[in-house]
Amino acid sequence: MQRIGVFVCHCGTNIAATVDVKAVAEALGHEAGVVISQDYQYMCSESGQDLVKNAIKEHNLTGVVVCSCSPRMHENTFRKAAASAGLNPYLVEIANIREQCSWIHKDIASATDKAIVLGKAAVAKVHLNAPLTAGESPVVKRALVIGGGIAGIQTALDIAEAGFEVDIVEKEPTIGGKMAQIDKTFPTLDCAACILTPKMVEAAQNEKITIHSFSEVADVKGFVGNFTVTIKKKARFVDETKCTGCGLCTEKCPMKKVPNEFNMGLDNRTAVYIPFAQAVPKVATIDPNYCLMLKNGKCGVCSKVCTAGAIDYKQTDKMIEQKYGAIVVATGFNPIKPDKYDEFAYSYCPDVVTSLELERLMNAAGPNGGTLLRPSDKTHPHTIVFVQCVGSRCDDEKGKPYCSKICCMYTAKHAMLIREKYPDTEVYVFYIDVRTPGKNFDEFYRRAVEQYNVHYIKGMVGKVTPKADGKIDVQASDLLANEQLHINADMVVLATAIEPDKTARPLATMLTTQMDTNDFFTEAHPKLRPVESATAGIFLSGACQGPKDIPETVAQASAAAAKAIGLLCKNSITCNPCVAHSDELMCNGCSACEKVCPYGAITYQDKEFRMPDRSTAIRRVASVNPAVCQGCGACTVACPSGAMDLNGFSNSQIMAEVDAICK
Amino acid sequence: METFTYYPGCTLRTKAKDLDVYARKSAEALGIALVEPENWQCCGGTYTTATNEVATKLSAVRTLMAAKDSNGLVTVCSACHNVIKQTNYDISKNEAMANKVKRYLDLEEAYKGETTVYHYLELLRDVVGFDKLKEKVVNPFKGKKIAAYYGCLLLRPSKALAMDDPENPSIMEDFIKAIGGTPVIYAQRNECCGGYITLEDKAQAAKRSSAVMDSAQSMGADMIITACPLCLYNLKKNSGSDMPVYYFTELLAEALGLKEDNNE
Repeated sequence: MQRIGVFVCHCGTNIAATVDVKAVAEALGHEAGVVISQDYQYMCSESGQDLVKNAIKEHNLTGVVVCSCSPRMHENTFRKAAASAGLNPYLVEIANIREQCSWIHKDIASATDKAIVLGKAAVAKVHLNAPLTAGESPVVKRALVIGGGIAGIQTALDIAEAGFEVDIVEKEPTIGGKMAQIDKTFPTLDCAACILTPKMVEAAQNEKITIHSFSEVADVKGFVGNFTVTIKKKARFVDETKCTGCGLCTEKCPMKKVPNEFNMGLDNRTAVYIPFAQAVPKVATIDPNYCLMLKNGKCGVCSKVCTAGAIDYKQTDKMIEQKYGAIVVATGFNPIKPDKYDEFAYSYCPDVVTSLELERLMNAAGPNGGTLLRPSDKTHPHTIVFVQCVGSRCDDEKGKPYCSKICCMYTAKHAMLIREKYPDTEVYVFYIDVRTPGKNFDEFYRRAVEQYNVHYIKGMVGKVTPKADGKIDVQASDLLANEQLHINADMVVLATAIEPDKTARPLATMLTTQMDTNDFFTEAHPKLRPVESATAGIFLSGACQGPKDIPETVAQASAAAAKAIGLLCKNSITCNPCVAHSDELMCNGCSACEKVCPYGAITYQDKEFRMPDRSTAIRRVASVNPAVCQGCGACTVACPSGAMDLNGFSNSQIMAEVDAICK
Repeated sequence: METFTYYPGCTLRTKAKDLDVYARKSAEALGIALVEPENWQCCGGTYTTATNEVATKLSAVRTLMAAKDSNGLVTVCSACHNVIKQTNYDISKNEAMANKVKRYLDLEEAYKGETTVYHYLELLRDVVGFDKLKEKVVNPFKGKKIAAYYGCLLLRPSKALAMDDPENPSIMEDFIKAIGGTPVIYAQRNECCGGYITLEDKAQAAKRSSAVMDSAQSMGADMIITACPLCLYNLKKNSGSDMPVYYFTELLAEALGLKEDNNE
């Protein structure tokens, strides 16, 4: 005979304001098998948990139902309490009467009725709960960091510092990411390269860190503590182990008209190239789209001049497989292309540039050697207009609904740097709001306005009209003065929105992690678990989770590293016992379950069975690897013969709940 | 020869005869038969400010229904196109509206947006193909710098009209290339010409249309083309500019060798 205890939580007024908790406890007390039914103000508090523990001991309970908040919040709390009182933790059921009841209803009578029904369903289920024991699975002591920007580098350095092996996979020929392209950093105006490149070198020299540059993640299998990842090392046609990075090949390459992506296409590079002087690894890469030898077999200059014999035109993509205990995603961001905002004339006027292009125009290693010149005629610009929020805070389909967060600060930085270096240049900034929360950030922006006399104008630019004399007419509204302005400018700079890298979505599918509608990775909890994904063992670092500046990115990178280290420190992890299992006598080997399993946890084997007539027969039956199964239940639904069942959520338990609700 | 239903609209019968005549002639030469429905009436352009929303749809739906069983409905005038295609889009998305229109017009069954609406430029791009058009050109506009003027109505709202990117369009530039000319890109090509404001505030219309003409001329244009009778009127009469303004169909006919008077 079952002896079930029911515990109804008030959650302060969260539940008690809309649900008559006393009536719920009273009603559930009459259910079959229920020996005690109580309500309490905060069931999750220590005294609330004691109530549960004491009742288990006192009434020798065989099952517990807690009517409270979502199981995502406190299922673990009550399972632990039950376990400490000697009850198997899987004999605890949660009836969610907060998120699914009190918070969404207004009428007390109907909310109370619903809470009672939800409680009855949980009681019906707990009647059929069986004690489960969690197994253990070993942890591979190696981490993978996907993305080699400042986020990935910082995460890798921190994990390596704790003594674990860590691999960085970077799709470009060098690590460094966007920060390598930036000229100066706010709010201190120190040079980005000066603070980034030592970290890049540190990562390269750290014995625990392996950098797979020009590589991509091709496949991910497994689960927390035991991922198997296939990494595709793309053919760079240069032997990384032989190349010394001398750069002779890049000097001699006859194909010199390749748009240089590092300088945002503002100048050209050669077909064989090293992205920038401080690249890590400092190894040349041949671009097969432009290399004359690879395209039509005529050239071979780089191979002739290479003293190290590193050029290998026959190199192919290589797949390597590696096991990892933890994976950190650090895939970063890209600025959007402003081609849907042609009121700013970006697509046809070379003197309308994006902010990242301006970074390169102002950088000493950029196309003009650090002198700010108009791209069209290489003259010095005397009037520059900055347009903020291009594609950010947009309520239409063209742009992004969110604030890109970093633009206000880098625009203030650009404006200030220009006024500092070229005091004869007038700088206008058009903004919707200036958003500068952050340590020393608002002071920085005020310096731009007060000390450097940058003209900040509240209002949006409506039309940018390039004129025949090379000037640009910028038509805008000044909302504070209620005026239409026409500014005769030489250059226009667009602070374009940032978006997650395009590789993020296919990667999220491989990792079975969640993304929001903007393709930013979703954290496990927006406030309390900001660097973990909802998938165990996958952590989030940097702008792949949301727009971030460098200080915030580094902070999150280190936090993600700390979480990964916490996992790698364990020798084994407790597995979820709520996994699927197959009844071999009922299984007909149809493969329906295998096809729907997203984790590859189901395999088939031929087994010998004794038939009713005492003969033996070989039959193909499904078997589930409990270490790989995540308990999603897809197979139990797909199974046509009802052989597949899920521990803790068996078909009979679910049906009992449905029956209780429909009774 | 492929047959399409052709809707000229009122202005093409009065003020904008050139837009109509050369559209028909050129279509014939390009192997397209344009068949005018009997007793067609206003596109609905004059009802758009009516407070009753159903009233704004009725006229357009009559036209759309007339083309239901053909390969599609072809329009030329920017305003007609805008009204008819938008109505088609709205009605395909809004079943309640489709049913209201059914009751108003006393239809046997509701019209739900089955007709495909083409602007004449879309017909050239998607049915004829600009490559094919290029092959048929006998008098190419070689060396001519031609500015395409889209105006406000032709491409917007882009979701309903689904013709081209309204901020960075290319359909008219591609057309200019196909007839051998050199397209001129200028900032004002998709801005307003002043429209009906010419009726009450000539100065404002002059300001808008001269901005368009000056912008095109300053970027080196020899002439400007449009698909809209009202744009043509404003650019010609209100801008104060003497740069020639043509309907795109005039240039098309001339390129195909169908225009008798080549000096115009």
